[in-house]
Amino acid sequence: MKKLFAVLSVLVLASMLLAACGSAATEAPAAATEAPAAATEAPAAATEAPAAEQVTITIESWRNDDLAIWQDQIIPAFEAQNPNIHVVFAPSAPAEYNGVLNTKLEGGTAGDLITCRPFDASLSLYDKGYLASLNDLPGMENFGDVAKSAWITDDGANVFCVPMASVIHGFFYNKDIFDKYGIAEPTTRDEFFAALETLKSNGETALVMGTADQWESATMGFQNIGPVYWKGEEGRKALIDGTGKYTDAAYVQTWTDLKDWAPYLPEGYQAVKYPDAQSLFTLGKGAIYPTGSWEISQFEKDATFNLGIFPPYVENAGDTCYISDHTDIAIGLNANSAHPEEAKTFLSWVASDEFAKLYANALPGFFPLSNAQVTLDDPLANEFLSWRQSCESTIRDSYQILSRGEPNLENELWRVSAAVMNLSLTPEQAAQEIQDGLDKWYKP
Amino acid sequence: MYERKSFPYYIYVFLAPAVIIYTIFMVYPLLNSLRMSFYTITADNQQVFAGFDNYVNLFTNSNFAPRFFGALKNNFIFFAIHMVVQNSIALMLAALISNERRRGANFYRTVYFMPTVLSVVIIGFIWNLILNPLWGVSKSILEAVNLGSLFQPWLGLPNTALPTVALISVWQFIGIPMILFYAALIAIPEELMEAATVDGATSWGVFWRIKFPLIMPTVGIVSILTFVGNFNAFDLIYTMKGANAGPDFATDIMGTFFYRTFFGQQLQLGDPSMGATVAAMMFLIILTGVLLYTFVWQRRVQNIEM
Repeated sequence: MKKLFAVLSVLVLASMLLAACGSAATEAPAAATEAPAAATEAPAAATEAPAAEQVTITIESWRNDDLAIWQDQIIPAFEAQNPNIHVVFAPSAPAEYNGVLNTKLEGGTAGDLITCRPFDASLSLYDKGYLASLNDLPGMENFGDVAKSAWITDDGANVFCVPMASVIHGFFYNKDIFDKYGIAEPTTRDEFFAALETLKSNGETALVMGTADQWESATMGFQNIGPVYWKGEEGRKALIDGTGKYTDAAYVQTWTDLKDWAPYLPEGYQAVKYPDAQSLFTLGKGAIYPTGSWEISQFEKDATFNLGIFPPYVENAGDTCYISDHTDIAIGLNANSAHPEEAKTFLSWVASDEFAKLYANALPGFFPLSNAQVTLDDPLANEFLSWRQSCESTIRDSYQILSRGEPNLENELWRVSAAVMNLSLTPEQAAQEIQDGLDKWYKP
Repeated sequence: MYERKSFPYYIYVFLAPAVIIYTIFMVYPLLNSLRMSFYTITADNQQVFAGFDNYVNLFTNSNFAPRFFGALKNNFIFFAIHMVVQNSIALMLAALISNERRRGANFYRTVYFMPTVLSVVIIGFIWNLILNPLWGVSKSILEAVNLGSLFQPWLGLPNTALPTVALISVWQFIGIPMILFYAALIAIPEELMEAATVDGATSWGVFWRIKFPLIMPTVGIVSILTFVGNFNAFDLIYTMKGANAGPDFATDIMGTFFYRTFFGQQLQLGDPSMGATVAAMMFLIILTGVLLYTFVWQRRVQNIEM
């Protein structure tokens, strides 16, 4: 009996091993085309295009939320025109993107196309030789100076990424909840906090945001309402030339506002992460969600209620409003790519009007930076865009020049903004820490 | 009469494969890493010899020193929680399941060991979800027994984040010391316990006066393994809190500090030579601990011949 059992178990194990080997063999080519490794000729892909030599190029990105759209709409449009090039969109999580990307670049395993963060982050990659210069790329003439400003060397000589889109910051809200309590879109600070009070006293979660991932407090909090206080480009340029400091009243006021938001956040917000907050809002359990236009496609897909947006509030009625219209995303060429020609073909396509139209409508909320005139179908995207007419635009103030030293200003802004919202730092302490960190290396 | 034995050269032949592989994959990277900590990397990617500058930087520069000493302190707290909670509970569980007449001992042995087998990413994800203030079951369970007011977003508060992650790590690894203690306990011959019981010892007395002294070597091994494992720890904290080890560096330990320094984080670029310095410090700390254990403890613990 024991012997029979032993023989049977050996047979079962052997058959499992064979099955595993068999499935591994068929899984390996499929995995190879998806794996975000350096471009290689995938054996499975080779059988798809017997005529031309099939090449696979990979895109590194932090937009994991856009994966389906890239795979279903954008890449097929390109591949229809270029059947010998297979494109793989391989994103990493937003908070880890830069660390992961830098490691891959240093190890030589990064993809052929790199999604570029604006300004200093990508400039340092270009200086280290990881990004190729794109001055002669066919299509670069479609972009104006403002669009290219985030991806060009200080002397303006070399542009190293093809601008893809900018994003505008604002507030999403649940129209159904607002209608239920008769709340109108707040335009001033007092109206905003009155709305929060009404919502909270009626038992609703007024503001949906978590601080666990840290970046939301800086990007969707500090950089969202801050421009109103530091007067957009005025304040940002003052910081760069040294006449402005983070300890000025405008910045302390921004952090004070963030501190005042804290009582209206969901219970336990210190442990709520970005996807949790998104889900909480789209499930209809929260009223206002401070964020940016990048959320449009996901929210429209998931929300079961009427979505509305309003721009950042001003201090007093009638003040000029300011929006953060941030040149956010571009795509560049890995200088050590194994397939530079195919990658450049893709980049030229990205610079074209066709891509601008496709991208703007497939991913509403990402506003193309090229000179192409694009009409948007999505009403929320159009509403965001309309703010450009009524409000002054600026970019996030930590990205140009100020992020070049150590400690990194953007990382520090994340940390202190989250700490202010967690009530473990006062706004004055936060301002002092940021200014001290900047003073360590920045000489205007 | 006697042949002079020639030197057994075959020893080298048998040892060679293991020594070669160990040298290539363990010794060489370690030495290279230590070497890298004595260089700095200039703006155009050149390595320049810098002597002890990196170490001085690590201990004094305000960009690194607070993070280094903070990570070190957090790591000692992490280790203390493991020693106190993990090893004592493991000892208690091992004592319980080594009792032959305990029904279902085999079942419990398997069940307590299972978390060790789970992937750390799964553990991090599941515990993040359990402790999540929005949709976690921990809140509902506490509310069901009328203790809802005790609930806090423990993972998000600076004071409780590190103990919470440490306790999750304890939950994950409790099986290993338990199995080691169990193996040591069942090796003790029955006659000793029977003799003690005949002489009138209670089971508490039997445990603390007979069993525990006899498993002292295992206690030492478990302690040093816990020490080495905790000072190398990284994956659970990275999975749950990310490389930034929030909130406000409350969960930052040596492993995450090293990762952040070497690979960079968000817009901060990585610095391989400072990273190598942090790694060298980790190596020195663990080495000190192991040497203390070997020369102070192990020499004193007597192995009783049974």
